[in-house]
Amino acid sequence: MYSEKVMDHFQNPRNVGDLENPDTVGEVGNPSCGDIIQLFLKIDDEVITDIKFKTFGCGAAVATSSLTTELVKGKTIEEALRISKKDIAEKLGGLPPNKMHCSNLATDALKDAIDNYRGEDE
Amino acid sequence: MNEIYLDHAATTPMDVEVINTVNKYMEDYYGNPSSIYKTGQIANNKLNEARKTIAELINANDFREIIFTSGGTESDNLAIKGAALALKDQGNHIITTKIEHHAVLHTCEYLEKHHDYEVTYLDVDEKGFVKIADIKEALREDTVLVSIITANNEIGTIQPIKEIGTFLKNKDVYFHTDAVQAIGQIKLNVQEINIDLLSASAHKIHGPKGVGMLYIKKGTKLVPQLNGGAQERNRRAGTENLPGIMGFKKAVELVMENRQKYVEKNSYLRDKLINGIEKSIDDAVLNGPRGSKRLSNNVNFCFKYIEGESILLNLDMLGIAASSGSACTSGSLDPSHVLLAIGHSKGTAHGSLRLSLGKDNTEQEIDFVLEKLPGIIQRIRDMSPLYIKEKERS
Repeated sequence: MYSEKVMDHFQNPRNVGDLENPDTVGEVGNPSCGDIIQLFLKIDDEVITDIKFKTFGCGAAVATSSLTTELVKGKTIEEALRISKKDIAEKLGGLPPNKMHCSNLATDALKDAIDNYRGEDE
Repeated sequence: MNEIYLDHAATTPMDVEVINTVNKYMEDYYGNPSSIYKTGQIANNKLNEARKTIAELINANDFREIIFTSGGTESDNLAIKGAALALKDQGNHIITTKIEHHAVLHTCEYLEKHHDYEVTYLDVDEKGFVKIADIKEALREDTVLVSIITANNEIGTIQPIKEIGTFLKNKDVYFHTDAVQAIGQIKLNVQEINIDLLSASAHKIHGPKGVGMLYIKKGTKLVPQLNGGAQERNRRAGTENLPGIMGFKKAVELVMENRQKYVEKNSYLRDKLINGIEKSIDDAVLNGPRGSKRLSNNVNFCFKYIEGESILLNLDMLGIAASSGSACTSGSLDPSHVLLAIGHSKGTAHGSLRLSLGKDNTEQEIDFVLEKLPGIIQRIRDMSPLYIKEKERS
């Protein structure tokens, strides 16, 4: 059902947990739909210097969260926002079709975190 | 790594004796039971022997009341559509429950959508039991059929099927029960219970897949749902799958021989699992009743704050096969309708795990599951934003 890469991220998730005093937090999903993704970010001069995630959800939700944190760590906000759901799915060696929409939400959580960060800045 | 198979409610491995029987009939009995020459008639006699064995299992009055189908789903479809359409001049109301198998629920929805039937879906209590008083209240002049699952496939609740049958006796409605999960474990007596239609399947009792049966009490009107030849007394067209049916017969013989022994063994392992999980994992809610009103092989828990598919993937890595009622595993956006019907929120229902035992499971396997499961649940909870650690809560 899942690719080796998905299972690798599911078994050995990168950057699980939360951060003390994050600069911003993003969250998408709700318990009734079966997926919640929370991202905690440290941002220094437009660069994401640290990121952690917490996820309630299926294998795909955990793997997409893990990969997203791995990809954006060290990137500028602009670079991070250019990563699409399609990129995540491709880098994971594909996702089952029914998981593309409901469980590939980490980029939305990232966008939410950045929106919150920008909002707080102003 | 050895597999620990704990999904017998999904399907069971075929018994060696069943496999040998199926092979024998594939090799030696190729005749069409409808043919008049010897090879055909021998096959036909074998078919009737299988009917007799299955009639004996459920204490049917006459072996001709048993017809063969492609499985539980077809039996449910034939029973419900067939009876409803046969009685359409008498009424268009059906009573069923919110915790039926999809083969019953979706068939009822089909009749609502395409044939203007009205269906009452009865509530169940928090353990999954239907109340006779609710059936009484739902019964109407135009009710033609009541369909209630004997024992639930997800949470193992065994309905008071005898009381329901007794209540429906002398009422002008047909009583159908889906006994797919029950026949391997519960002694059913269709005459005593007053059942008109009963569905069962071979592959849940170590028989082959693709074979099922429908008990149709003598005199029960039914419109066939597969049209064609005159097989199965004009109830179900299509050349009978003799090797599969003879495998079903063998599986039923093994049930009658060993049922008591396996029910006792599985009840012990079931309770060991339930008690062990409750002792070692917080916020684990047992779904379904305890004791003799629960299927002897069924364990079903909701683990709060987490999602079921993650549990299954972790168990699978250790070679443990199980199932869940989460949306991801139900193939829809919603979690199990059964878990919602017994009062769980969607969030909690997503975190369900069903372990269903079989005759070959050992106590060592159960001990292994009890050793590994707490760590798996904790690991997934540590990842979950919904989980507030005990320390922080107090």
